[in-house]
Amino acid sequence: MEMPAEIRRAMVAHASFCLPDEACGLLAADSSGRLCMAYCLSNATPSPTAFTLDPGEHFRALRHAESRGWHLAGVFHSHPRGAACPSPTDVAQALEPDWLYVVVGLESPSAPELRAFWIRGEGVEEEALAEAAGAIAGVWQ
Amino acid sequence: MSVLVRVPSLLRPPLGGRAEVRAEGATVGEVLRDAAAAHPGFGPAVFEVNGSLRRFLNVFLGDEDVRYLQGLDTPVPDEAVLVILPAAAGGSGAGPGAVGATGAIGASVPGEGATA
Repeated sequence: MEMPAEIRRAMVAHASFCLPDEACGLLAADSSGRLCMAYCLSNATPSPTAFTLDPGEHFRALRHAESRGWHLAGVFHSHPRGAACPSPTDVAQALEPDWLYVVVGLESPSAPELRAFWIRGEGVEEEALAEAAGAIAGVWQ
Repeated sequence: MSVLVRVPSLLRPPLGGRAEVRAEGATVGEVLRDAAAAHPGFGPAVFEVNGSLRRFLNVFLGDEDVRYLQGLDTPVPDEAVLVILPAAAGGSGAGPGAVGATGAIGASVPGEGATA
């Protein structure tokens, strides 16, 4: 899957901004499945080890995406002191089988790591990401 | 009242894969129970055993989260749209134990380590 550079930068910047707590947000894709927007949202349960997307902001992001003919296609969050791998908590609480789950790992703050996964039940499969250009990126604080 | 109920992917299997269904009722609870009566499996996915809304779901009427209105007792106007969203949550947890560290996921992707 192609990951536009602007979206990658927005997720990493949001992860850094939210330190020491976990950051979170949503990804939108167009009808062809191309990622086209990152919504950098609030962690409703601010913590260095947990996140919950603010439900009201989740709903606003849905409205915004649909008004442009997009759909919500994924969620991202950060591990402020850990690797870019889904934790057992991430797997247990991953409810949407159609979403891409992106983790930003800040174990090495100077070299943030970003990886993406499909999580279906207890199955976790990594999605290879290739950098792409030409996307719209949003930062919504 | 005839209401359109939009559901996320995790709730679509009991609806035959559909992303939305029509249901009847005067309140949010009545509408969801009507949908549950018509679609076996939908009720247990939406309601706790005690009849409350499952805590990992958020229901919006218009632009409002019904938890901040009257919950399942919130009145719904005719032709309203209910949107059910999954609570998106997770986190690194209290200690080590990322799934990747156990080798339970696929191999890392070459060139994916550094970001701008």
